[in-house]
Amino acid sequence: MPALGADMTAGRLIAWLKHPGEAVTRGDIIAEVDTDKGVIEVEVFTSGVLEKTLVEPGTKVPVGMPLAIIREAGGAPAPAAAPVAVPSPEGRARISPAARRLAAELGVDPAAVHGTGPEGAVTLDDVRQASGKGARGERMRQAVAAAVTRSKREIPHYYIGHTIDLGPATTWLAEQNRDRPVARRLVHSALLVKAVALALREFPELNARWVEGRVAPIADINVGLAISLRDGGLVAPALHHADRLNVDELMAGTLDLVERARAGTLRSSELSDPTITVTILGDRGVDTVYGVVYPPQVAIVGFGKVVQGPWVVDGSVVARPLVRATLAADHRVSDGHRGALFLAGVADRLRDPGRL
Amino acid sequence: MTRDELRQAVLGVLKEIAPEADLSRLAPDAPIRDQLDIDSIDFMRLLIGVHEKLHVDVPESDYPKVAALTGLLDYLDARLAGGSAKR
Repeated sequence: MPALGADMTAGRLIAWLKHPGEAVTRGDIIAEVDTDKGVIEVEVFTSGVLEKTLVEPGTKVPVGMPLAIIREAGGAPAPAAAPVAVPSPEGRARISPAARRLAAELGVDPAAVHGTGPEGAVTLDDVRQASGKGARGERMRQAVAAAVTRSKREIPHYYIGHTIDLGPATTWLAEQNRDRPVARRLVHSALLVKAVALALREFPELNARWVEGRVAPIADINVGLAISLRDGGLVAPALHHADRLNVDELMAGTLDLVERARAGTLRSSELSDPTITVTILGDRGVDTVYGVVYPPQVAIVGFGKVVQGPWVVDGSVVARPLVRATLAADHRVSDGHRGALFLAGVADRLRDPGRL
Repeated sequence: MTRDELRQAVLGVLKEIAPEADLSRLAPDAPIRDQLDIDSIDFMRLLIGVHEKLHVDVPESDYPKVAALTGLLDYLDARLAGGSAKR
């Protein structure tokens, strides 16, 4: 069971999409699991033949437990520990009084609910889940709460901001979009994300994870894009190798992530791989974002609303489209000085959008 | 296509983007984005959906005309009647 964020402890297997004996290739979707972040498609990270599945659909599986054995091409199967499955109760359902009351209120038959509590007891969350009423939003809220609480408890944040002239980027976008069909048009966010990804190449301490008291820089730049969900909560799936994507690919990737995040069909690697988060809240009217670092990441970049404002060019005040970029970062890993240089690097890249 | 069919087509696209919204309460002359909490990416998804369904590509320069439902329907009406829909 892959860990899809610092706050995830377990997931429930919904279905196998491959069956024993089938060939699988790295990146194939092998299963669907239900998590606090919605239904996630689990990918395989090796190629070979699916030898055996170790978990039945409906089972809640702790993070880290093997789900299946895959025999690699020409090799022996990877050793896999037996999964610890939470057994379903036999006969009458074990259920707490509170969960039983809720089940009665929601019209749910406790005997038909799969229990995930101790010894297979049916919990409040199981009842909500079975009812399909409000469970997802509440679980999502709890997952977000766990992550941000840990962040604010453990991570000494520092916050810095930099106002960026988006005049060149805005002009460039208008020119690009003039002759493009709507499906191929670009919006500011694609340029902002690309500028962040490129600037990160020179600041590996911001593209890193803090694990067991040490910083571990990550070679790949996978930008987690904060996406709010319509029924509450948020996810920040990765745009993999964002620094290597051109802006058209970034834009297509953004549209695809938004659509799948809302539909609940994100992939496991998209939730486990982000190395930094970018949150863009300008559409909601805010001018400045003070982000909360998502552990074990060590930095989050925020962008506010693009507004027309005064800007000095060659000694004269002119109106320019401006955006406030902010960095919230883990002070154990980086200092404000480096953070400031990083934001200046983002601004530099946005001055010449044709090279993004 | 009648005005009502056009309206249903547009509301169908909106429903996919904001499934939780009660579209019967959408004020026809106020900006759709403000009413449904739609960001620039979702607005683009709306226009992509309109393009796919009705084959009318709204250029960026016309975005101000299609901010509210009435404006969008008027715009689509005119474009479809004029036969100038871009594919």
